Amino acid sequence: MKTNLVALLAGIIFGLGLALSQMIDPNKVLNFLDVSGNWDPSLAFVMMGALAVTMVTFRFILKRATPVFEPDFHVSKQTIINKPLIIGAAVFGIGWGMTGYCPGPAFASLGLFSMEGALMVVAIYAGFFAERYLVRK
Amino acid sequence: MENFTPISALLGGALIGVSVSLLLLLNGRMAGISGIMNGVFSAPKKEEIWRALFLIGLIIGAALFQFLTQGSLSVREDYPLWLIIVGGFLVGFGTRLGSGCTSGHGICGIANFSVRSISATLTFMASGMLTVFVLKYLIGAV
Repeated sequence: MKTNLVALLAGIIFGLGLALSQMIDPNKVLNFLDVSGNWDPSLAFVMMGALAVTMVTFRFILKRATPVFEPDFHVSKQTIINKPLIIGAAVFGIGWGMTGYCPGPAFASLGLFSMEGALMVVAIYAGFFAERYLVRK
Repeated sequence: MENFTPISALLGGALIGVSVSLLLLLNGRMAGISGIMNGVFSAPKKEEIWRALFLIGLIIGAALFQFLTQGSLSVREDYPLWLIIVGGFLVGFGTRLGSGCTSGHGICGIANFSVRSISATLTFMASGMLTVFVLKYLIGAV
């Protein structure tokens, strides 16, 4: 119950952050990726703002033996840089550059009743399922 | 450098950082959105609920901001749909194959000093920029 409320609250704060930073606006994202044109570096500041917080908080949080409401931390311990990681990231970047949406803003844009945002979410799920059946079998 | 909005970008980013920190401190979970979206339909039932609530929260947060600022965010309507369909598919496929997206690798992973996440972030930033360059200046699709 508590963990579910935390998830809802964290989602709301995340959604507010995407909206306030305008990262929810796909044209703003495309202007960030358009380095040779009318470059808008704002998105780099979104990452800096987020990292300014997490760089500090993670140091304290991950020193704890357990999270507050759960028995274990679910943190990836993988360290190997392999082909799936780099190819996957490159493919994601192509889709990001084609649309201006990464998964968070695509989902949050449902709250703005964006039709293309809804189509984007459906297409993302199609990609999830395709990867599961083609790559993981 | 038109439309450069560093203050709201920093503040919005900080809110995202607070959200990610809360989810890790209290629930022990990394707020990687692609993983959460995927897990809604593939994790054990009990595990699906918090993910669904987080995603509902994303929608509420965006809607709340739009309401409080009396519709300050415009919604894009004139973009080629084929780009959304193909691009969306690639975002889904790529984030699963690469185990994360902007939030999971770019914010959580980098804060965790993960070399994997730093490599992934540099890769999708570069390929995103290259894609925009090709679409806009070489093909003229957008």
